Amino acid sequence: MSELAVNMRVVRALGMRSIRQTFRRPQLMAPIVVFPTLLLAIQTGGAGGAINLPGFPPVHSFLQFMVAGAMMQSLMLAGNSGGIALAVDIEMGFTDRLFSAPIPRYTIVLGRLAGTAALGFFAALWFLAIALIFGATIHSGVAGALIAIALVTATAMAVGGIGAAIALRTGSASVVQGLFPLVLVVLFLSSAFFPNELMIQPAKAIAEYNPLSFVVEGVRGPIISGIDANELLDAVLAILGIVVLGLALSARALRHRLRVG
Amino acid sequence: MPAIVVEGLERTFDEVLAVRGVDLEVAEGEIFGFLGPNGAGKTTTVRMLTTLLLPTGGRATVAGHDVVKEARSVRASIGVALQEAALDPLMTGRELIRLQATLQGLPGAEGRRRADDLLDRVDLAEAADRRVGTYSGGMQRRLDLAAALVHEPRVLFLDEPTTGLDPVSRKTIWEEVRTLNDEGTTVFLTTQYLEEADQLADNVAIIDRGNIVAEGTPESLKAQIGHPHIQLQLAEGSVAEAEEVCSGIGRLLPPTDAKTILVEVENGAGDIARVVRALDDAGIAVESLELVKPTLDDVFVAKTGHHLPKDEEPEAESEQVEA
Repeated sequence: MSELAVNMRVVRALGMRSIRQTFRRPQLMAPIVVFPTLLLAIQTGGAGGAINLPGFPPVHSFLQFMVAGAMMQSLMLAGNSGGIALAVDIEMGFTDRLFSAPIPRYTIVLGRLAGTAALGFFAALWFLAIALIFGATIHSGVAGALIAIALVTATAMAVGGIGAAIALRTGSASVVQGLFPLVLVVLFLSSAFFPNELMIQPAKAIAEYNPLSFVVEGVRGPIISGIDANELLDAVLAILGIVVLGLALSARALRHRLRVG
Repeated sequence: MPAIVVEGLERTFDEVLAVRGVDLEVAEGEIFGFLGPNGAGKTTTVRMLTTLLLPTGGRATVAGHDVVKEARSVRASIGVALQEAALDPLMTGRELIRLQATLQGLPGAEGRRRADDLLDRVDLAEAADRRVGTYSGGMQRRLDLAAALVHEPRVLFLDEPTTGLDPVSRKTIWEEVRTLNDEGTTVFLTTQYLEEADQLADNVAIIDRGNIVAEGTPESLKAQIGHPHIQLQLAEGSVAEAEEVCSGIGRLLPPTDAKTILVEVENGAGDIARVVRALDDAGIAVESLELVKPTLDDVFVAKTGHHLPKDEEPEAESEQVEA
């Protein structure tokens, strides 16, 4: 078996552990599924009339508009939960087991990110299922759904990289958990929950340049209107930007952790 | 070739020198006891030898590989069970060993077979599919040990493997360590239990405040600070007469009470018969006789000027013979 194949086996094994860990620890699972689902239900039920506001993009229902936001919220919290789980591993010494194994250390981060990506994948399926069950349509059909799933999965991995970097740098689950409000701020300062056109300054300007907004529009487009190559490209570039940032920070944090023990 | 060679190893944390130029050599196939109180530098040294921490000075090789330049080769040659069993309470025992097998690059079928064998070996086969969080402390340590053995390492690092365990669990771990060593595994064992080092180790190094203060076999270290002595409780007859008899056999030490005499002997248990026979010939009855050997604690005190904390001391090492 080639070294790459061996390393990919390690990534898969660590990814599977990460998924099991999330499903077996309700406090990690709840923010990924329960919280965004409740918020989606509350917002859809309470603010459905917003779709009639001038400037609101044409949609069949508020749920159709909101489902991309719910996916974003879920993947952001999946990234945060992945960071918390990694920090717990550091606190209880489990990462020592990984660091003392003859594997490239990047596989440890990639394994965690693979798990977070899988959670993003599940989240995308979950919210698409909810949307379809409650009557929302996916404008671009199966192709649109697949694009949304792919973008959400990739973004979950990208955001997980930032969560992993913070976990590796601080080694503290409570610090990573403390970033939860910041996750919400980043979400609300994007077009996840409200169209950018209807925001007021300075939130509008921030949301316009928030990389998450590009991803949201890339996911939302195929659901509410159709596949737009430019929107899709912007989303992919935004994800790549987050991936590069996350991996660079993770690599730096990993070096720091190995230096300080 | 020695299994471990350490030359001038140092580690500084924020200007504090935690390990100060440690030199060690561990032969292939031996159990090496690394003894010292909490904070002495044991764990820091082990973390450097297991590539978990970069040294700030000196060098070390493990299984012939440099711990800095050839870290991955070192990691392929060693098994590690650290002070706090590094286990995920949400995994089952079987999942953990299989993950460890994957981390060590074992093919799937071989990993599963090794996991089953090891779980059986450490008597965890029945609990293998339970979550680790439900295991007792002793079971967790045995699982940690099994995980460290999954790839049959040449050198096994055990960092305080029995700390916090009850005596029965501690004895079980000791037996397993002896068995592993009999099978050819070199064991680097850190401990704060003097008795543990004495029972298990072929060679011992004592570390205190980051410095190695003594190194050698337990017997040679104890011999450095004196010979064993025989403690005699006399049933009748004068102490003075008994002392005169015994003075021809060994050096008399100051007595602790009016019925007791202490005779330092060169040959330990080999001199007991001579003492008993001489007293019997002189018509002096002995109520009890005890051979008291110097302990590693005595060595520790002699080398560092202080005892290990009271709750970490071993039981007194003695062989009591009812006369």
